[in-house]
Amino acid sequence: MKKNESYEEFVKGIWRDNPVFVQVLGMCPMLAVTNSAINAIAMGGATLFVLVGSSFLVSLFRHVIPKQVRISCFIIIIATFVTIADYTLLALVPKVHKELGAFIPLIVANCLILGRQEAFASRYPTRLAVMDAVGMSAGFLLALFSLGAVREILGDGALFGIRIFGENFEPWIVMILPPGGFLTLGVILLFFNWFKYKKDEFLADVAEAERSGS
Amino acid sequence: MSSDTVRQPAAPSSLRLVMTLAIAGLVSGIAIIGIYESTLPTITANKARELREAVFKVLPGVSRMQALVYRDGRIMVVPAPEKDEPVVYGGYDEQGDFVGYAMPGAGPGFQDTIALLYGYLPSRKQVVGMEILESRETPGLGDKIYKDAEFVAEFGALSVEPEIVTVKKGTSTQDNHVDAITGATISSKAVVRIINETHVAWAEQLPSPGTEPPFAGEPADSGTGQ
Repeated sequence: MKKNESYEEFVKGIWRDNPVFVQVLGMCPMLAVTNSAINAIAMGGATLFVLVGSSFLVSLFRHVIPKQVRISCFIIIIATFVTIADYTLLALVPKVHKELGAFIPLIVANCLILGRQEAFASRYPTRLAVMDAVGMSAGFLLALFSLGAVREILGDGALFGIRIFGENFEPWIVMILPPGGFLTLGVILLFFNWFKYKKDEFLADVAEAERSGS
Repeated sequence: MSSDTVRQPAAPSSLRLVMTLAIAGLVSGIAIIGIYESTLPTITANKARELREAVFKVLPGVSRMQALVYRDGRIMVVPAPEKDEPVVYGGYDEQGDFVGYAMPGAGPGFQDTIALLYGYLPSRKQVVGMEILESRETPGLGDKIYKDAEFVAEFGALSVEPEIVTVKKGTSTQDNHVDAITGATISSKAVVRIINETHVAWAEQLPSPGTEPPFAGEPADSGTGQ
């Protein structure tokens, strides 16, 4: 039972409560840095590090931090992890850091992270908080990657910088420009809402059949 | 206090609130100093390596470099230029003979500052290579200033006299002409303008060809170069 509980917290972030496609949070990095798959992965990785680290600490100290100053404390914790991520990326992968530019420091302002601290980490035990954070970050990373991959493939004819179409492929430059982010995100959100609609319809049908059968 | 007021849980004292934030801030500060100190050597080394690679790229045949600054009316070798002091890099071949300068320049591009480095041979008054160090030009259009090999190759043997001129693609006739990139005219022109401006700014300060400062010796840690 216990195992199921933490598994549930992990899985909900990836699909049912996906931070991007269902909760529509963290739109700013989502649209800004997904013009290539590698940028999307780096951004997702940095967010994962910050979210898991902050959720762990916030949950650990949830009885110590007074309610009146909790938001300030969350921000201090988040900002510290963001600074660590910023310098680590700058030292290890300077090229990727250059591409992401100002969006690494801006992780502090990602409402997904503060939202998880307030809604989950500050109320639940550490184990569940970490599972929740890992799940949410994985969902965020997957969302960033799917956008980044689509935009890079169509806009540059490549994935991770490796050409996948022949020489005659004419890149859709609009896809790596800002409008491409909106277009791709719109199409993916459309799919998610269609899927949810179909699922609700299906569940209603099943309930109907069960009622008439019994 | 009247008896019908709802009992609130006791509010923590102001001191506790202040102390919590102070401790959080202190711990955070220490963590940030720690990560800054531990990554600084790697970051500095990365930057130095990038610069060396860029200098060797824009000056073919160069295997050693040293920073040169303009002080007291002449160009001189300094071990460590001061912050914000304009610097050029002298490139030297295997024997330590002077080849050319690698000149850093920067200026406004289409979206943000473009920073670049170009190789300059004073004896031939020619630009022999150009490398973009920093730019935020439009992906797919303006970023061709460093992604388009054809455009970068335009700077392989380019006369700076009287000045470099950007012309429409395919109409270059003189050796001081650069074919602009179709769809990225502003970025192309910006690159040329930065080189022209940097050239003018240094033209009076560089010594006459043949009197460049000699190679002062390789810094101990940078090896023989490639």
